[in-house]
Amino acid sequence: MKNIQANNVDAYYGENHVLKDITLNVKEKSVTAFIGPSGCGKSTFLRMFNRMNDYIEGFRKEGEILIDGKEIYDKDVRVEELRQNVGMVFQRPNPFPKSIYDNVAYGLRIQGIKDKTRLDQAVENALRKSVLWDEAKDNLNKSALSLSGGQQQRLCIARTLAVEPTIILMDEPASALDPISTSKIEELILELKVDYTIIIVTHNMQQAARISDKTAFFYIGELIEYNKTKDLFTNPENERTENYISGRFG
Amino acid sequence: MNNLRKNRLIDETFRYFGIACTLFGLVMLAIFIGKILLDGAGRIDWDFIMSLPSRKPEKAGILTAWTGTTWILGLTAIIAIPIGVAAGIYLEEYGNKNRLASIVEINIANLAGVPSIIYGLLGLEIFVRTLKLGGSLLAGAFTLALLILPIIIVATREALKAVPGSLREASYGMGATKWQTIWYQVLPASSGGILTGIILSLSRAVGETAPLIVIGALAYVPFIAKSPMDEFTVLPMQIFNWVSRPQHGFIVNAASAIIILLIITFILNGIAIYLRNKWQKKINW
Repeated sequence: MKNIQANNVDAYYGENHVLKDITLNVKEKSVTAFIGPSGCGKSTFLRMFNRMNDYIEGFRKEGEILIDGKEIYDKDVRVEELRQNVGMVFQRPNPFPKSIYDNVAYGLRIQGIKDKTRLDQAVENALRKSVLWDEAKDNLNKSALSLSGGQQQRLCIARTLAVEPTIILMDEPASALDPISTSKIEELILELKVDYTIIIVTHNMQQAARISDKTAFFYIGELIEYNKTKDLFTNPENERTENYISGRFG
Repeated sequence: MNNLRKNRLIDETFRYFGIACTLFGLVMLAIFIGKILLDGAGRIDWDFIMSLPSRKPEKAGILTAWTGTTWILGLTAIIAIPIGVAAGIYLEEYGNKNRLASIVEINIANLAGVPSIIYGLLGLEIFVRTLKLGGSLLAGAFTLALLILPIIIVATREALKAVPGSLREASYGMGATKWQTIWYQVLPASSGGILTGIILSLSRAVGETAPLIVIGALAYVPFIAKSPMDEFTVLPMQIFNWVSRPQHGFIVNAASAIIILLIITFILNGIAIYLRNKWQKKINW
Protein backbone atom coordinates (compact mmCIF):
# COMPACT_ATOMS: atom_id res chain seq x y z
CA MET A 1 0.00 0.00 0.00
CA LYS A 2 1.48 3.26 -1.14
CA ASN A 3 1.18 5.85 1.50
CA ILE A 4 2.93 8.83 2.91
CA GLN A 5 3.90 9.10 6.53
CA ALA A 6 5.38 12.15 8.19
CA ASN A 7 6.58 11.55 11.72
CA ASN A 8 7.53 14.44 14.00
CA VAL A 9 8.76 16.60 11.16
CA ASP A 10 10.47 19.89 11.88
CA ALA A 11 11.80 22.22 9.21
CA TYR A 12 14.02 25.27 9.38
CA TYR A 13 15.14 27.99 7.00
CA GLY A 14 18.30 29.05 8.75
CA GLU A 15 17.18 30.14 12.20
CA ASN A 16 13.55 30.27 11.15
CA HIS A 17 11.58 27.35 12.57
CA VAL A 18 8.87 26.95 9.92
CA LEU A 19 7.37 23.54 10.72
CA LYS A 20 6.93 22.23 14.21
CA ASP A 21 6.56 18.57 15.05
CA ILE A 22 4.19 17.59 12.27
CA THR A 23 2.84 14.05 12.22
CA LEU A 24 0.44 13.09 9.45
CA ASN A 25 -0.39 10.11 7.25
CA VAL A 26 -1.84 10.19 3.77
CA LYS A 27 -3.74 7.25 2.35
CA GLU A 28 -3.12 6.19 -1.22
CA LYS A 29 -5.52 7.20 -3.99
CA SER A 30 -7.08 10.02 -2.06
CA VAL A 31 -7.06 13.80 -2.17
CA THR A 32 -5.64 15.59 0.84
CA ALA A 33 -5.91 19.35 1.14
CA PHE A 34 -3.51 21.54 3.14
CA ILE A 35 -5.13 24.78 4.19
CA GLY A 36 -4.06 27.65 6.39
CA PRO A 37 -3.13 31.32 6.25
CA SER A 38 -0.10 32.52 4.26
CA GLY A 39 3.20 31.69 5.90
CA CYS A 40 1.79 28.78 7.89
CA GLY A 41 4.25 26.32 6.37
CA LYS A 42 1.84 24.30 4.23
CA SER A 43 3.79 24.89 1.00
CA THR A 44 7.08 24.14 2.71
CA PHE A 45 5.61 20.90 3.99
CA LEU A 46 4.23 19.97 0.56
CA ARG A 47 7.59 20.59 -1.06
CA MET A 48 9.29 18.25 1.39
CA PHE A 49 7.59 15.23 -0.18
CA ASN A 50 9.62 15.58 -3.37
CA ARG A 51 12.50 17.45 -1.78
CA MET A 52 12.04 20.65 -3.75
CA ASN A 53 13.40 22.53 -0.75
CA ASP A 54 16.83 20.99 -1.27
CA TYR A 55 17.92 24.00 -3.32
CA ILE A 56 17.02 26.56 -0.69
CA GLU A 57 20.02 27.66 1.24
CA GLY A 58 19.84 27.01 4.96
CA PHE A 59 16.96 24.54 4.70
CA ARG A 60 17.07 21.79 7.31
CA LYS A 61 14.70 18.98 8.16
CA GLU A 62 14.27 16.84 11.25
CA GLY A 63 12.00 13.85 11.79
CA GLU A 64 10.93 11.22 9.28
CA ILE A 65 9.19 11.44 5.94
CA LEU A 66 8.40 7.96 4.67
CA ILE A 67 6.98 7.07 1.28
CA ASP A 68 6.10 3.37 1.06
CA GLY A 69 7.98 2.99 4.31
CA LYS A 70 11.22 4.44 2.95
CA GLU A 71 12.79 7.62 4.33
CA ILE A 72 13.09 9.91 1.32
CA TYR A 73 15.81 12.08 2.83
CA ASP A 74 18.18 9.11 3.19
CA LYS A 75 21.52 9.40 1.43
CA ASP A 76 20.86 6.41 -0.84
CA VAL A 77 17.67 7.93 -2.25
CA ARG A 78 18.17 9.34 -5.73
CA VAL A 79 16.25 12.57 -5.70
CA GLU A 80 15.60 12.38 -9.46
CA GLU A 81 13.86 9.00 -9.05
CA LEU A 82 11.92 10.32 -6.09
CA ARG A 83 10.59 13.20 -8.22
CA GLN A 84 9.57 10.86 -11.01
CA ASN A 85 7.46 9.05 -8.46
CA VAL A 86 6.28 12.21 -6.71
CA GLY A 87 5.30 14.72 -9.38
CA MET A 88 4.55 18.36 -8.80
CA VAL A 89 2.25 21.02 -10.25
CA PHE A 90 3.09 24.60 -9.36
CA GLN A 91 1.10 27.67 -8.49
CA ARG A 92 1.62 29.47 -11.76
CA PRO A 93 1.51 27.42 -14.95
CA ASN A 94 5.16 27.01 -15.92
CA PRO A 95 5.33 25.14 -19.22
CA PHE A 96 8.71 24.98 -20.89
CA PRO A 97 9.03 27.46 -23.78
CA LYS A 98 8.83 24.54 -26.22
CA SER A 99 6.14 22.74 -28.15
CA ILE A 100 3.24 21.02 -26.41
CA TYR A 101 4.65 17.66 -27.47
CA ASP A 102 8.13 18.44 -26.15
CA ASN A 103 6.70 19.58 -22.85
CA VAL A 104 4.93 16.28 -22.23
CA ALA A 105 7.80 14.18 -23.59
CA TYR A 106 10.43 16.00 -21.52
CA GLY A 107 10.26 13.78 -18.45
CA LEU A 108 10.62 10.62 -20.53
CA ARG A 109 13.38 12.03 -22.73
CA ILE A 110 15.53 12.95 -19.76
CA GLN A 111 15.20 9.34 -18.67
CA GLY A 112 16.82 8.43 -21.98
CA ILE A 113 13.71 7.21 -23.79
CA LYS A 114 14.02 8.00 -27.51
CA ASP A 115 11.64 5.52 -29.12
CA LYS A 116 9.24 7.63 -31.18
CA THR A 117 6.19 5.37 -30.96
CA ARG A 118 6.60 5.00 -27.23
CA LEU A 119 6.90 8.77 -26.76
CA ASP A 120 3.90 9.39 -29.05
CA GLN A 121 1.83 6.95 -27.03
CA ALA A 122 2.90 8.42 -23.70
CA VAL A 123 2.18 11.96 -24.86
CA GLU A 124 -1.28 11.00 -26.07
CA ASN A 125 -2.10 9.10 -22.88
CA ALA A 126 -0.95 11.92 -20.65
CA LEU A 127 -2.87 14.55 -22.64
CA ARG A 128 -6.00 12.38 -22.60
CA LYS A 129 -5.77 11.90 -18.84
CA SER A 130 -5.41 15.63 -18.32
CA VAL A 131 -8.38 16.26 -20.68
CA LEU A 132 -6.29 18.36 -23.02
CA TRP A 133 -6.06 15.92 -25.92
CA ASP A 134 -9.08 17.17 -27.88
CA GLU A 135 -7.91 20.77 -27.65
CA ALA A 136 -4.27 20.05 -28.38
CA LYS A 137 -4.11 17.04 -30.69
CA ASP A 138 -3.90 19.16 -33.86
CA ASN A 139 -1.41 21.61 -32.36
CA LEU A 140 1.14 19.34 -30.74
CA ASN A 141 3.97 21.22 -32.40
CA LYS A 142 2.73 24.64 -31.40
CA SER A 143 4.43 26.47 -28.57
CA ALA A 144 3.03 25.66 -25.17
CA LEU A 145 3.07 29.37 -24.42
CA SER A 146 0.32 29.90 -27.01
CA LEU A 147 -2.15 28.02 -24.78
CA SER A 148 -4.43 29.80 -22.32
CA GLY A 149 -3.53 29.82 -18.63
CA GLY A 150 -5.94 27.01 -17.79
CA GLN A 151 -4.73 24.91 -20.72
CA GLN A 152 -1.13 25.55 -19.68
CA GLN A 153 -1.88 24.28 -16.19
CA ARG A 154 -3.50 21.13 -17.60
CA LEU A 155 -0.44 20.73 -19.80
CA CYS A 156 1.73 20.93 -16.69
CA ILE A 157 -0.41 18.19 -15.16
CA ALA A 158 -0.07 16.12 -18.35
CA ARG A 159 3.68 16.59 -18.25
CA THR A 160 3.72 15.29 -14.68
CA LEU A 161 1.48 12.32 -15.52
CA ALA A 162 3.68 11.29 -18.46
CA VAL A 163 6.44 10.02 -16.16
CA GLU A 164 3.89 7.85 -14.36
CA PRO A 165 4.14 9.06 -10.79
CA THR A 166 2.05 7.57 -8.00
CA ILE A 167 1.82 10.79 -6.01
CA ILE A 168 1.07 14.28 -7.32
CA LEU A 169 1.74 17.39 -5.26
CA MET A 170 -0.19 20.52 -6.23
CA ASP A 171 0.79 23.90 -4.88
CA GLU A 172 -2.29 26.12 -5.31
CA PRO A 173 -2.71 24.87 -8.88
CA ALA A 174 -5.77 26.99 -9.63
CA SER A 175 -4.95 30.23 -7.84
CA ALA A 176 -3.79 31.94 -11.03
CA LEU A 177 -6.77 30.76 -13.10
CA ASP A 178 -10.24 32.03 -13.90
CA PRO A 179 -13.32 30.25 -12.42
CA ILE A 180 -14.03 28.10 -15.50
CA SER A 181 -10.44 26.91 -15.77
CA THR A 182 -10.46 26.32 -12.03
CA SER A 183 -13.50 24.07 -12.19
CA LYS A 184 -11.89 22.10 -15.01
CA ILE A 185 -8.79 21.56 -12.87
CA GLU A 186 -10.99 20.47 -9.97
CA GLU A 187 -12.88 17.98 -12.14
CA LEU A 188 -9.56 16.68 -13.33
CA ILE A 189 -8.30 16.20 -9.78
CA LEU A 190 -11.39 14.17 -8.92
CA GLU A 191 -10.79 11.95 -11.95
CA LEU A 192 -7.11 11.54 -11.16
CA LYS A 193 -7.63 10.43 -7.59
CA VAL A 194 -8.81 7.05 -8.88
CA ASP A 195 -5.22 6.31 -9.84
CA TYR A 196 -3.08 8.78 -7.93
CA THR A 197 -2.46 10.04 -4.44
CA ILE A 198 -2.93 13.80 -4.53
CA ILE A 199 -1.93 16.42 -2.01
CA ILE A 200 -3.09 19.92 -2.76
CA VAL A 201 -2.27 23.20 -1.07
CA THR A 202 -5.09 25.68 -1.46
CA HIS A 203 -6.19 29.06 -0.16
CA ASN A 204 -9.67 28.41 -1.41
CA MET A 205 -11.67 26.66 1.30
CA GLN A 206 -14.60 25.87 -0.96
CA GLN A 207 -12.13 24.15 -3.22
CA ALA A 208 -10.76 22.09 -0.35
CA ALA A 209 -14.30 21.18 0.67
CA ARG A 210 -15.27 20.22 -2.90
CA ILE A 211 -12.40 18.00 -3.87
CA SER A 212 -10.57 16.63 -0.85
CA ASP A 213 -11.18 13.56 1.25
CA LYS A 214 -9.12 14.78 4.15
CA THR A 215 -8.03 18.26 5.14
CA ALA A 216 -5.12 19.44 7.26
CA PHE A 217 -5.22 22.89 8.81
CA PHE A 218 -1.85 24.52 9.47
CA TYR A 219 -1.23 27.59 11.56
CA ILE A 220 2.18 29.23 12.13
CA GLY A 221 4.11 26.04 11.48
CA GLU A 222 1.86 23.73 13.44
CA LEU A 223 -0.64 21.14 12.30
CA ILE A 224 -3.71 22.26 14.20
CA GLU A 225 -6.24 19.79 12.92
CA TYR A 226 -6.25 16.91 10.46
CA ASN A 227 -9.49 15.14 9.75
CA LYS A 228 -11.97 13.97 7.15
CA THR A 229 -12.85 17.05 5.11
CA LYS A 230 -16.54 16.72 5.87
CA ASP A 231 -15.93 16.59 9.60
CA LEU A 232 -13.33 19.34 9.61
CA PHE A 233 -15.56 21.77 7.80
CA THR A 234 -18.85 20.94 9.53
CA ASN A 235 -17.62 20.17 12.98
CA PRO A 236 -14.11 21.47 13.63
CA GLU A 237 -12.59 20.33 16.90
CA ASN A 238 -10.24 23.25 17.35
CA GLU A 239 -11.37 26.79 17.86
CA ARG A 240 -8.68 28.21 15.56
CA THR A 241 -9.80 25.89 12.76
CA GLU A 242 -13.33 27.07 13.21
CA ASN A 243 -12.26 30.72 13.17
CA TYR A 244 -10.24 30.20 10.01
CA ILE A 245 -12.80 28.26 7.99
CA SER A 246 -15.55 30.64 8.99
CA GLY A 247 -13.44 33.49 7.68
CA ARG A 248 -12.81 35.20 10.99
CA PHE A 249 -9.08 35.46 10.22
CA GLY A 250 -6.74 34.46 7.48
CA MET B 1 10.74 86.70 -10.53
CA ASN B 2 8.56 84.28 -8.59
CA ASN B 3 9.43 80.68 -7.79
CA LEU B 4 7.28 79.17 -10.48
CA ARG B 5 9.00 81.11 -13.20
CA LYS B 6 12.40 80.35 -11.73
CA ASN B 7 11.69 76.62 -11.66
CA ARG B 8 10.47 76.70 -15.21
CA LEU B 9 13.61 78.52 -16.28
CA ILE B 10 15.80 75.88 -14.60
CA ASP B 11 13.74 73.23 -16.31
CA GLU B 12 14.20 74.80 -19.75
CA THR B 13 17.90 75.44 -19.16
CA PHE B 14 18.56 71.85 -18.32
CA ARG B 15 16.59 70.75 -21.35
CA TYR B 16 18.80 72.73 -23.70
CA PHE B 17 21.93 71.72 -21.82
CA GLY B 18 20.95 68.08 -22.28
CA ILE B 19 20.30 68.57 -25.99
CA ALA B 20 23.69 70.25 -26.34
CA CYS B 21 25.46 67.36 -24.58
CA THR B 22 23.72 64.78 -26.75
CA LEU B 23 24.54 66.70 -29.91
CA PHE B 24 28.17 67.08 -28.86
CA GLY B 25 28.71 63.32 -28.93
CA LEU B 26 26.74 62.81 -32.12
CA VAL B 27 28.39 65.66 -33.98
CA MET B 28 31.89 64.51 -33.02
CA LEU B 29 31.09 61.01 -34.25
CA ALA B 30 29.58 62.36 -37.45
CA ILE B 31 32.64 64.55 -38.13
CA PHE B 32 34.93 61.59 -37.49
CA ILE B 33 33.04 59.22 -39.75
CA GLY B 34 32.56 61.91 -42.40
CA LYS B 35 36.23 62.73 -42.45
CA ILE B 36 37.22 59.08 -42.67
CA LEU B 37 34.75 58.48 -45.49
CA LEU B 38 35.98 61.54 -47.41
CA ASP B 39 39.59 60.46 -47.02
CA GLY B 40 39.27 56.75 -47.49
CA ALA B 41 36.14 55.75 -49.35
CA GLY B 42 37.66 56.46 -52.76
CA ARG B 43 40.59 54.15 -52.08
CA ILE B 44 38.51 51.05 -51.31
CA ASP B 45 38.29 48.65 -54.20
CA TRP B 46 38.82 44.96 -54.80
CA ASP B 47 42.55 45.43 -55.28
CA PHE B 48 42.91 47.22 -51.96
CA ILE B 49 41.21 44.36 -50.16
CA MET B 50 43.09 41.61 -52.03
CA SER B 51 46.61 43.12 -52.11
CA LEU B 52 49.57 42.34 -49.91
CA PRO B 53 51.27 45.22 -48.11
CA SER B 54 53.76 47.23 -50.09
CA ARG B 55 56.20 50.08 -49.71
CA LYS B 56 54.27 52.02 -52.32
CA PRO B 57 50.98 53.31 -50.89
CA GLU B 58 49.04 52.95 -54.15
CA LYS B 59 49.97 49.26 -54.38
CA ALA B 60 49.53 48.40 -50.71
CA GLY B 61 46.48 46.45 -49.56
CA ILE B 62 44.97 44.94 -46.45
CA LEU B 63 44.85 41.27 -47.42
CA THR B 64 47.22 40.15 -44.65
CA ALA B 65 45.54 42.43 -42.15
CA TRP B 66 41.96 41.28 -42.60
CA THR B 67 42.89 37.63 -42.95
CA GLY B 68 44.91 38.05 -39.72
CA THR B 69 41.91 39.67 -38.06
CA THR B 70 39.69 36.80 -39.22
CA TRP B 71 42.15 34.22 -37.90
CA ILE B 72 42.42 36.01 -34.58
CA LEU B 73 38.66 36.37 -34.32
CA GLY B 74 38.10 32.66 -35.00
CA LEU B 75 40.84 31.39 -32.70
CA THR B 76 39.90 33.77 -29.90
CA ALA B 77 36.29 32.66 -30.15
CA ILE B 78 37.26 28.96 -30.07
CA ILE B 79 39.36 29.51 -26.96
CA ALA B 80 37.28 32.05 -25.05
CA ILE B 81 33.69 30.89 -25.64
CA PRO B 82 33.81 27.40 -24.07
CA ILE B 83 35.96 28.52 -21.14
CA GLY B 84 33.98 31.70 -20.48
CA VAL B 85 30.55 30.12 -20.78
CA ALA B 86 31.54 27.11 -18.69
CA ALA B 87 33.02 29.33 -15.98
CA GLY B 88 29.89 31.48 -16.00
CA ILE B 89 27.68 28.40 -15.65
CA TYR B 90 29.80 27.06 -12.82
CA LEU B 91 29.83 30.32 -10.88
CA GLU B 92 26.12 30.95 -11.32
CA GLU B 93 24.65 27.45 -11.06
CA TYR B 94 27.07 25.30 -9.10
CA GLY B 95 29.31 27.55 -7.03
CA ASN B 96 28.35 28.18 -3.43
CA LYS B 97 27.08 31.66 -2.74
CA ASN B 98 29.48 32.44 0.08
CA ARG B 99 32.05 35.15 0.85
CA LEU B 100 34.68 33.60 -1.39
CA ALA B 101 32.20 33.55 -4.26
CA SER B 102 31.44 37.24 -3.89
CA ILE B 103 35.17 38.04 -3.81
CA VAL B 104 35.62 36.04 -7.01
CA GLU B 105 32.66 37.83 -8.54
CA ILE B 106 34.03 41.30 -7.74
CA ASN B 107 37.44 40.35 -9.09
CA ILE B 108 36.04 39.08 -12.37
CA ALA B 109 34.14 42.32 -12.78
CA ASN B 110 37.39 44.19 -12.04
CA LEU B 111 39.32 42.10 -14.55
CA ALA B 112 36.98 43.36 -17.24
CA GLY B 113 38.31 46.83 -16.50
CA VAL B 114 42.03 46.07 -16.51
CA PRO B 115 43.84 48.02 -19.28
CA SER B 116 44.42 45.80 -22.26
CA ILE B 117 48.16 46.44 -22.36
CA ILE B 118 48.45 44.61 -19.03
CA TYR B 119 46.92 41.57 -20.70
CA GLY B 120 49.52 42.02 -23.43
CA LEU B 121 52.33 41.82 -20.86
CA LEU B 122 50.73 38.73 -19.31
CA GLY B 123 50.44 37.14 -22.75
CA LEU B 124 54.04 38.01 -23.55
CA GLU B 125 55.29 36.27 -20.42
CA ILE B 126 53.02 33.20 -20.52
CA PHE B 127 52.29 32.44 -24.15
CA VAL B 128 55.18 34.02 -26.06
CA ARG B 129 58.02 33.21 -23.66
CA THR B 130 57.05 30.41 -21.27
CA LEU B 131 54.96 28.37 -23.72
CA LYS B 132 57.27 29.43 -26.57
CA LEU B 133 54.46 30.27 -28.99
CA GLY B 134 56.39 33.30 -30.24
CA GLY B 135 54.59 36.16 -31.92
CA SER B 136 52.14 33.71 -33.48
CA LEU B 137 48.41 33.86 -34.13
CA LEU B 138 47.92 31.37 -31.31
CA ALA B 139 49.74 33.57 -28.80
CA GLY B 140 47.67 36.56 -29.93
CA ALA B 141 44.43 34.62 -29.74
CA PHE B 142 45.18 33.32 -26.23
CA THR B 143 46.02 36.83 -25.08
CA LEU B 144 42.84 38.32 -26.50
CA ALA B 145 40.87 35.37 -25.11
CA LEU B 146 42.14 36.27 -21.63
CA LEU B 147 41.11 39.84 -22.28
CA ILE B 148 37.51 39.00 -23.17
CA LEU B 149 36.99 36.09 -20.76
CA PRO B 150 35.71 38.32 -17.93
CA ILE B 151 33.21 39.95 -20.29
CA ILE B 152 31.89 36.57 -21.44
CA ILE B 153 31.72 35.24 -17.87
CA VAL B 154 29.79 38.26 -16.63
CA ALA B 155 27.43 38.20 -19.64
CA THR B 156 26.80 34.47 -19.16
CA ARG B 157 26.02 34.92 -15.48
CA GLU B 158 23.66 37.80 -16.15
CA ALA B 159 21.84 35.80 -18.82
CA LEU B 160 21.52 32.78 -16.52
CA LYS B 161 20.27 34.97 -13.68
CA ALA B 162 17.50 36.28 -15.92
CA VAL B 163 16.02 32.78 -16.39
CA PRO B 164 13.01 32.56 -14.07
CA GLY B 165 13.17 30.17 -11.15
CA SER B 166 9.86 28.63 -12.18
CA LEU B 167 11.53 27.12 -15.26
CA ARG B 168 14.20 25.42 -13.15
CA GLU B 169 11.58 24.21 -10.66
CA ALA B 170 9.52 22.74 -13.49
CA SER B 171 12.52 20.81 -14.74
CA TYR B 172 13.67 19.61 -11.32
CA GLY B 173 10.10 18.65 -10.53
CA MET B 174 10.13 16.30 -13.54
CA GLY B 175 13.10 14.44 -12.11
CA ALA B 176 15.77 16.19 -14.14
CA THR B 177 19.30 16.40 -12.82
CA LYS B 178 21.00 19.72 -12.44
CA TRP B 179 22.93 19.29 -15.67
CA GLN B 180 19.82 18.25 -17.62
CA THR B 181 18.02 21.29 -16.29
CA ILE B 182 20.87 23.56 -17.35
CA TRP B 183 21.37 21.92 -20.74
CA TYR B 184 17.76 21.48 -21.85
CA GLN B 185 16.09 24.47 -20.20
CA VAL B 186 18.32 27.13 -18.74
CA LEU B 187 20.88 27.41 -21.55
CA PRO B 188 18.35 27.56 -24.40
CA ALA B 189 16.38 30.19 -22.50
CA SER B 190 19.49 32.28 -21.89
CA SER B 191 21.29 31.65 -25.19
CA GLY B 192 20.29 35.04 -26.62
CA GLY B 193 21.89 36.92 -23.75
CA ILE B 194 24.98 34.76 -23.77
CA LEU B 195 25.41 35.14 -27.55
CA THR B 196 24.99 38.90 -27.30
CA GLY B 197 27.76 39.05 -24.70
CA ILE B 198 30.03 36.84 -26.78
CA ILE B 199 29.61 38.92 -29.92
CA LEU B 200 30.13 42.23 -28.13
CA SER B 201 33.28 40.85 -26.51
CA LEU B 202 34.56 39.64 -29.88
CA SER B 203 33.91 43.02 -31.42
CA ARG B 204 36.05 44.47 -28.67
CA ALA B 205 38.79 41.94 -29.42
CA VAL B 206 38.74 42.92 -33.11
CA GLY B 207 39.68 46.48 -32.27
CA GLU B 208 42.41 45.71 -29.76
CA THR B 209 45.93 46.78 -30.73
CA ALA B 210 47.96 47.35 -27.59
CA PRO B 211 48.19 43.77 -26.30
CA LEU B 212 49.11 42.52 -29.76
CA ILE B 213 51.90 45.07 -30.10
CA VAL B 214 53.27 43.89 -26.75
CA ILE B 215 53.29 40.23 -27.73
CA GLY B 216 55.12 41.14 -30.92
CA ALA B 217 52.58 41.03 -33.70
CA LEU B 218 54.25 42.49 -36.76
CA ALA B 219 53.03 45.50 -38.67
CA TYR B 220 54.55 44.32 -41.91
CA VAL B 221 53.69 40.74 -42.86
CA PRO B 222 54.14 40.01 -46.54
CA PHE B 223 52.25 36.71 -46.57
CA ILE B 224 48.88 35.31 -45.54
CA ALA B 225 48.86 33.26 -42.34
CA LYS B 226 48.27 29.58 -43.11
CA SER B 227 48.46 28.03 -39.65
CA PRO B 228 47.88 29.21 -36.08
CA MET B 229 51.65 29.17 -35.55
CA ASP B 230 52.31 31.78 -38.26
CA GLU B 231 53.22 35.37 -37.57
CA PHE B 232 50.45 37.80 -38.27
CA THR B 233 49.14 41.31 -38.38
CA VAL B 234 45.63 42.60 -37.82
CA LEU B 235 43.67 45.58 -39.12
CA PRO B 236 44.30 47.92 -36.17
CA MET B 237 48.04 47.16 -36.36
CA GLN B 238 48.04 47.91 -40.06
CA ILE B 239 46.22 51.19 -39.44
CA PHE B 240 48.61 52.10 -36.66
CA ASN B 241 51.54 51.38 -38.95
CA TRP B 242 50.16 53.39 -41.87
CA VAL B 243 49.22 56.51 -39.91
CA SER B 244 52.78 56.70 -38.57
CA ARG B 245 54.19 56.93 -42.13
CA PRO B 246 55.02 60.33 -43.62
CA GLN B 247 53.62 59.77 -47.15
CA HIS B 248 50.11 61.07 -47.71
CA GLY B 249 49.13 57.91 -49.63
CA PHE B 250 49.46 55.83 -46.49
CA ILE B 251 47.18 58.20 -44.58
CA VAL B 252 44.54 57.55 -47.23
CA ASN B 253 45.15 53.81 -46.92
CA ALA B 254 44.74 54.07 -43.15
CA ALA B 255 41.40 55.83 -43.58
CA SER B 256 40.22 53.08 -45.94
CA ALA B 257 41.34 50.37 -43.52
CA ILE B 258 39.50 52.18 -40.72
CA ILE B 259 36.32 52.03 -42.80
CA ILE B 260 36.75 48.27 -43.23
CA LEU B 261 37.40 47.82 -39.50
CA LEU B 262 34.35 49.92 -38.65
CA ILE B 263 32.22 47.86 -41.00
CA ILE B 264 33.36 44.66 -39.29
CA THR B 265 32.57 45.99 -35.80
CA PHE B 266 29.24 47.45 -36.93
CA ILE B 267 28.27 44.09 -38.42
CA LEU B 268 29.20 42.27 -35.21
CA ASN B 269 27.29 44.76 -33.07
CA GLY B 270 24.37 44.58 -35.48
CA ILE B 271 24.20 40.82 -35.04
CA ALA B 272 24.30 41.29 -31.27
CA ILE B 273 21.43 43.79 -31.34
CA TYR B 274 19.43 41.54 -33.66
CA LEU B 275 19.90 38.56 -31.34
CA ARG B 276 18.97 40.58 -28.29
CA ASN B 277 15.75 41.83 -29.85
CA LYS B 278 14.83 38.38 -31.10
CA TRP B 279 15.49 36.90 -27.68
CA GLN B 280 13.45 39.54 -25.89
CA LYS B 281 10.52 38.95 -28.19
CA LYS B 282 10.65 35.17 -27.86
CA ILE B 283 10.62 35.06 -24.08
CA ASN B 284 7.64 36.63 -22.38
CA TRP B 285 6.86 34.57 -19.32
